[in-house]
Amino acid sequence: MAEKILEVKGLKQYFGSKKSPIKAIDGISFDVYEGETLGLVGESGCGKSTTGRSIIRLYDITDGQILFKGKNVNDYKSRKDAMQFNREMQMIFQDPYASLNPRMTAGEIIAEAFDIHSLYKNKAERREKIGSLLESVGLNREHANRYAHEFSGGQRQRIGIARALSLDPSFIIADEPISALDVSIQAQVVNLLKQLQQERGLTYLFIAHDLSMVKYISDRIAVMYRGKILELGQADEIYNHPIHPYTKSLLSAVPQPNPEYERKRVRIPYKHEEAPENAEVIEARPGHFVYGSQEQVSRWMNS
Amino acid sequence: MKKKLIEVKDLRINFKTYAGIVQAVRGVNFELYEGETLAIVGESGSGKSVTSNALMKLLPQPPAQYAGGQILFNGKDLIPLTDKEMMKIRGNDIAMIFQDPMTALNPTMRIGPQITEVILKHKKVSKDEAKARAIELLNQVGIPFPERRFRAYPHELSGGMRQRVVIAIALAADPKLLIADEPTTALDVTIQAQILELMKDIQKKSNTSIIFITHDLGVVANVADRVAVMYAGQIVEYGTVNDIFYNPKHPYTWGLLGSMPDLTNSTDELLRAIPGSPPNLLDPPKGDAFAARNEYALAIDFEQEPPMFQVSDSHYAKTWLLHPDAPKLPLPEAVARRIEGYKEGGE
Repeated sequence: MAEKILEVKGLKQYFGSKKSPIKAIDGISFDVYEGETLGLVGESGCGKSTTGRSIIRLYDITDGQILFKGKNVNDYKSRKDAMQFNREMQMIFQDPYASLNPRMTAGEIIAEAFDIHSLYKNKAERREKIGSLLESVGLNREHANRYAHEFSGGQRQRIGIARALSLDPSFIIADEPISALDVSIQAQVVNLLKQLQQERGLTYLFIAHDLSMVKYISDRIAVMYRGKILELGQADEIYNHPIHPYTKSLLSAVPQPNPEYERKRVRIPYKHEEAPENAEVIEARPGHFVYGSQEQVSRWMNS
Repeated sequence: MKKKLIEVKDLRINFKTYAGIVQAVRGVNFELYEGETLAIVGESGSGKSVTSNALMKLLPQPPAQYAGGQILFNGKDLIPLTDKEMMKIRGNDIAMIFQDPMTALNPTMRIGPQITEVILKHKKVSKDEAKARAIELLNQVGIPFPERRFRAYPHELSGGMRQRVVIAIALAADPKLLIADEPTTALDVTIQAQILELMKDIQKKSNTSIIFITHDLGVVANVADRVAVMYAGQIVEYGTVNDIFYNPKHPYTWGLLGSMPDLTNSTDELLRAIPGSPPNLLDPPKGDAFAARNEYALAIDFEQEPPMFQVSDSHYAKTWLLHPDAPKLPLPEAVARRIEGYKEGGE
């Protein structure tokens, strides 16, 4: 069994006033194992991006614990600790147009991180590093001197990936990394992410709303709704045997590139049931967790 | 026999830019019958939105130029019409649903007047009748409490509700043709499913024709009767939805089908990505525009543009692979396996 690389325990992230806070994340717990891809899916506003941003310390969390390699990330008080953490965990952003500084060349963007961490001895080594990173994401060394606007969307996202890889992290949070790209380019980027994972033993938290793509890239999947994780389990298990009515509804809404199937597909509408007081995370099948009361879960499993 | 509503013949549209002339649409042909849905699929820059905007003549001239061809709507060519003549057709005969419902609605205007505006413009009715009709439309597109929502501002509604309002505006004057340019791309899957159901429902009731522009093949399979696959300003494959999904002939269509995972894909295999990126239409390549990205490209692809070959009565594809002298290629394995899987799953 692989080691736990990240443990999230009772994470809460509230925004706005103390009196009537917006509960973006309302107490979620999950683990991520080394070398796996955990897919986080849900509709817009369900808190999936906030989860990623809280884990990487872009927000000060309201409550709960985030343990990365056994250490609580919010205990990193000194600059040295924080820098060490930043080297281990990096992020790939959704919009490859907004996430690259238009005034910097690709080389400068990629090198910024190791400039800060002073990870090279001389200019030649720095140039070599930039070149090899560009090559590892399928670009050319010559691209280092170009500005972001000279690249296509797919190429920009490759630069974003090269930047995330520049410190040789072990954990990458990919927040909708492909949803701004064209279908044929999406496949290129997803293949690249998979290949890099194999080569470097990376662990991914993959946040997306495209369920087919999440199913394809993830080992395990967590389904979020209104700040809670409703269901978590192996990707195949979630797709083939969903238990929570929300997951069933979500899966039934995904159109498939198959006309005959589409003519027969019936969408299951979802009616939100407030979670009762005694709701908890229940292991309904081995490794398959559902949030609800005992009564609800047994009812859902039999329906 | 169904009536032919719109027929596009050899449509060519150029844009004059500082860098030179961009040939955005390079000879597009299609036709659409009453009550049918045509889906146009392709990547960004393939010319699908330019084509649909051209049908409404929404392209500003300059920089756009109609460089050739005809757009026959009920047999009448729209291209030579003046702006004033087009005003009678826009909204009335042809209406459009835009991608982003937030920017398509006026944020400073209540939604009711945004609908009655269209009705008052095109129909000879009183204000009260227009209001009654608007409330009926809001009800028809599934907005609860339409009387109350009539006075709501767009920001008071969710994304899905806003898109319903945009659809209500489009339907206000009972158009014969509805052009939907990525109407669900900005929405969540569950909301997308509702909007698609709504559009099909409306089509069934009023026999409207729909041109549906999207890059999501799942959505295409759901809504379309006919599909046009566009690449680099041209239609490269055209056929019924079953032709395109179960018997694709163009390597670009294979690429699109292969690059999209479906829920049956195994996690271990890589996706069949199409290498490279689309050509620059400032200077379209000689021969087949897709040749540089096509692993099955023949020598002739780099020399001469292929014609549209007829596969069946309804199915056409623009690739030299269909020439009698071309080598007979089996379908790429990944695509073949998927189609096999569909047939099993579909029955």
